[in-house]
Amino acid sequence: MNLELDQEKPIFIQISECIEDGILTGGFPEGTQIPSITEFSVNYKINPATALKGINLLVDEGIIFKKRGVGMFVSEGAVNKLREKRQNQFYDNYIGTLIEEAKRLGISSDEIIAMIERGFIQ
Amino acid sequence: MNGIELKDISKKYKNVQALSHVNLCFKENTIYGLLGRNGAGKSTLLNIINNRVLADNGTVTLNGKTATENTEVLHNFFLTNEQNLYPEGMKVKDAFKWSSEFYPGFDKDYAEKLCNLFQLSHKKKIKRLSTGYQTIFRNIVALSVNVPYVFLDEPVLGLDAYHRDLFYKILIEKYAENPFTIVISTHLIEEISNVIENVIIIKNGEIIKNDSRDEILKAGYCISGISSAVDGYISGKQVIGTEILGGLKTAYILGQPETNIPDNLSISGMDLQKFFIQLTNS
Repeated sequence: MNLELDQEKPIFIQISECIEDGILTGGFPEGTQIPSITEFSVNYKINPATALKGINLLVDEGIIFKKRGVGMFVSEGAVNKLREKRQNQFYDNYIGTLIEEAKRLGISSDEIIAMIERGFIQ
Repeated sequence: MNGIELKDISKKYKNVQALSHVNLCFKENTIYGLLGRNGAGKSTLLNIINNRVLADNGTVTLNGKTATENTEVLHNFFLTNEQNLYPEGMKVKDAFKWSSEFYPGFDKDYAEKLCNLFQLSHKKKIKRLSTGYQTIFRNIVALSVNVPYVFLDEPVLGLDAYHRDLFYKILIEKYAENPFTIVISTHLIEEISNVIENVIIIKNGEIIKNDSRDEILKAGYCISGISSAVDGYISGKQVIGTEILGGLKTAYILGQPETNIPDNLSISGMDLQKFFIQLTNS
């Protein structure tokens, strides 16, 4: 889990992405409890309202659910849901910036494809 | 309304206008950052709210009731600053006892717990504590009084990195479990920018910005690149500052960026500290 926040993206988005990463890497397995709002806000030194906003994004998507008086848990099927979501975002998040930088450096699409193939082998 | 309301507060010290026509509100259960350069009027403002300095004119009210010289209202406030409020030679533990007489909500067990975390011996005389530990001691009292409005004037003055980190974490934990209003005046903006919800910027005794942190961060952006390209882009825009490094230039702009930023320019968000520096220089 990424523990350093940067200022470029809204903090609540970063919090929800950190939790997503935790779920995808198995740090927060499906069905288990995740840390409380207080723990998240203390850990990241952020306002609890910001932590809540970030977690609520995941609650709205059905990734996290709240049990009244108990805490927050990772939903069953959350990993698949997140994989699908990240796959849909893959082009915007990675390919777009990759091509932008490649154009700036004069790298052709054939060269990029070769690099990607090399990366998969290594 | 619920909360503290300041109306038309002004204060003059001899020839210096410390505050002029300040209007402000502090809502319940909110964390505020009170930012301003040295001598901007932050401490005077906090002292006036807490009845330690009298304003030349204007009013301070809590939920509509006058705060000035009103003990009943002032018991809801607690200000900690460089002023030492304790008698000469008093020990830390005696100061806790003393505080609990003035503030019935004072939690002595919690204060002792914080002393342990900060490794502050409660048998020590307050006057003998180092600068950092004097600040720590005052913060401990402020976090233990349990009043709805706590004002911290430079709460990390003289604290090392470890103790600052510990202080922010304790403050957030306390607030998350039991919200209250906290007004923090500090120069270490980056360290608290994610903690505060509302930002008040004061310059030469006047409030020049009073908004939520999120709104302020959305209010501007930075553009950098080759000077000529930056100059072309910023013409006609509201620029609050620029930095030049050789042939490169960064401009701080208020407003929303256009959707099409030229390829030779790079855009980044404006953080609170950059915004503050650009807004309060000169």
